[in-house]
Amino acid sequence: MEQHELAEFRALRRARDLIDREYARPLDVPTLAAAAHLSPAHFSRRFRAAYGETPYGYLMTRRIERAMALLRAGSSVTDACMAVGCTSLGSFSSRFRELVGESPSVYRAREHSHLAAIPSCILREGTRPKRARAA
Amino acid sequence: MIAFQYFPIAVDDPDAALAFYRDALGLELLNDVSNGEFRWLTLGSPEQPGVSIVLSQPHGGRSQQDGDALLELLAKGALGPYVFRTDDLDATFERVRASGAEVLQEPIDQSWGPRDCAFRDPAGNIVRINQA
Repeated sequence: MEQHELAEFRALRRARDLIDREYARPLDVPTLAAAAHLSPAHFSRRFRAAYGETPYGYLMTRRIERAMALLRAGSSVTDACMAVGCTSLGSFSSRFRELVGESPSVYRAREHSHLAAIPSCILREGTRPKRARAA
Repeated sequence: MIAFQYFPIAVDDPDAALAFYRDALGLELLNDVSNGEFRWLTLGSPEQPGVSIVLSQPHGGRSQQDGDALLELLAKGALGPYVFRTDDLDATFERVRASGAEVLQEPIDQSWGPRDCAFRDPAGNIVRINQA
């Protein structure tokens, strides 16, 4: 494997770690691409090839997964939306519905006790919404 | 009787890995074996005699193709977590951070119990550390 390919994988990894860590901040693809020293278009293409989702798709999936945890803990839909870095309740709700299959308020009202015994680190992977097709 | 003995961890750069696992994390180097271009580093904790980790390179003992695949997973960050425990999480966190390791998570109290933090080792493995 070529050194530049490895360097690119590492840069993509750092960008993904940044999303996982800083999802609540106003991150966008140009900022992430600059951190990885890649052009936005190349960055998005390579990120998707490596992780199966575009950087923006991954960021939104991460935000929705965190919002699901907040909703299960009893947070209001508006508070959950703002806490994960989404500024528009409308686009948050439609993204949530698209990924989870139901609205945030319906999800919040549902019984979640079957998840209570699962450690959050596993839950985070297990409840992370999966797209039927790559973003 | 059945017991844990050793666990392999893939690393791309043995010297960088040694600086992380021995100098920053605080494990003891128990064995350092080289064969051609490859090196196997065995480390353990005096707290747990007989239990160790063995650091080795992706291409050691593997085909070029398999080594490349493992190296890619490593660089992409797909491997780990490897989970340690310490009696002083904050001091360990500060020491590992001061070594220049990438921080994934500062020490926090997890809802399921432990207080823990997380790093990438220099190769890209996730390393979590729990407060004992």
